[in-house]
Amino acid sequence: MDINVTLIIQGLAFFAVVWVVMKFGWPHIIGAIEERQQKIAEGLSHAERARKELADADARVADEIRKARAEAAGILERANAQALQIVDKAREEAVVEAMRQKAIAAADIEAQAHRAREELRSQVATLAIAGAEKILQREIDASAHGELIDQLVAGI
Amino acid sequence: MASEQAASADMTGYIQHHLQNWQVSLGDSPFWTLNMDTVVFTVVSSLVFMLLFVFFARRATAGVPGRLQSIVESVVLFVDGLVQETFHGKSKLIAPMSLTIFGLIWIMNFIDLLPIDFLPWAWASIHPEPEHAYLRAVPTADLNTTLGMALGVFLVIQYIGISEKGLGKFFAEFFSAPFEAKGPVARLLVALPNFILRLIEEAVRPISLSLRLFGNMYAGELIFVLIAVMTLGAGLASFTSASTWLLGIGQFLSAFGWTAFHILIITLQAFIFMILSIVYVSLAAESH
Repeated sequence: MDINVTLIIQGLAFFAVVWVVMKFGWPHIIGAIEERQQKIAEGLSHAERARKELADADARVADEIRKARAEAAGILERANAQALQIVDKAREEAVVEAMRQKAIAAADIEAQAHRAREELRSQVATLAIAGAEKILQREIDASAHGELIDQLVAGI
Repeated sequence: MASEQAASADMTGYIQHHLQNWQVSLGDSPFWTLNMDTVVFTVVSSLVFMLLFVFFARRATAGVPGRLQSIVESVVLFVDGLVQETFHGKSKLIAPMSLTIFGLIWIMNFIDLLPIDFLPWAWASIHPEPEHAYLRAVPTADLNTTLGMALGVFLVIQYIGISEKGLGKFFAEFFSAPFEAKGPVARLLVALPNFILRLIEEAVRPISLSLRLFGNMYAGELIFVLIAVMTLGAGLASFTSASTWLLGIGQFLSAFGWTAFHILIITLQAFIFMILSIVYVSLAAESH
């Protein structure tokens, strides 16, 4: 119970323990804790950045998709227009061709009719000459009376 | 009657034996006596504390902490937080000192929870003169330990006061606080009361710190001794009588209850010593 030299020893022992703890223990633990805190903070900021990057990439992808869609729509529209154009052109060509064919056919018909008429005319001339021969009972010189006959044929 | 007197003498002897330190004389005067038991168990407690703490500190990594590391870290962070929010000085000494106060006092107090006769019995069984084998195992139940630590804290308080404020301001505050005055005459008038109050204040701190811890641990130890007295001298043969059985059961229950309660006391007292030291050091760092 009495105060004696133990007091001094105990005080010194206390300081020795404080010194050891301060020198060899405390900085390690605090250092490890602070290092871990820093690591966690870095990890969090990395995660934040990664999330932002992901959002950016998402936005970029959406943008690309929108652009591609717009492009596709443009292409489709142009193709449609072109198709219409082609169809129109084909129709026009067909019409022109039909007209041409019609004209050729008409010309052909005309020519055939003309030929038929010529043939008919020549046959009529022959017939008329044959008739006249029978009537006159003599040969008429076709060359001498050609002008007359021609006038007759033109009159048909 | 005679046997009762003998039993009472036994009890007194038992209690006195338990309250006697193992002392070694180093010189002529009573001051030069060393309480060997206190010193030995302080060294053992200090080694346990230092080895445990330094071991965990060295193993601490910045990676994912294990369970034990988490426990040690949360204690360290708790103490560090207490110091940081109270003490605003620059010193790097205060937080480790506070942790040492708490850890060391807790371990020294913990010896009180060991069965009261266990360590003295072990000591007596190897001592050449068993009747003189005194042993008080709890260092904090020795006023020398608590006062030694409190004086250590007292020195730190003064050191922090000087290093944070400078020598001139530190000594000026002896005369200018807590009573503040304006004008030279008034200042001269309050100088002496201020000085006296300051001396009392500084003296009271280590005394109250040390006596609080010492009183609690001494009383706790004494109560363990008194509980142990219940079946004092009752050998196996006396367990034939009902009264011995009753006393035995009573001793077991009261020792169990007091031990459980004492867990709270040893923790609380270690915490109070630490928190008051932090407060005193912080006050010394604040300017008036």
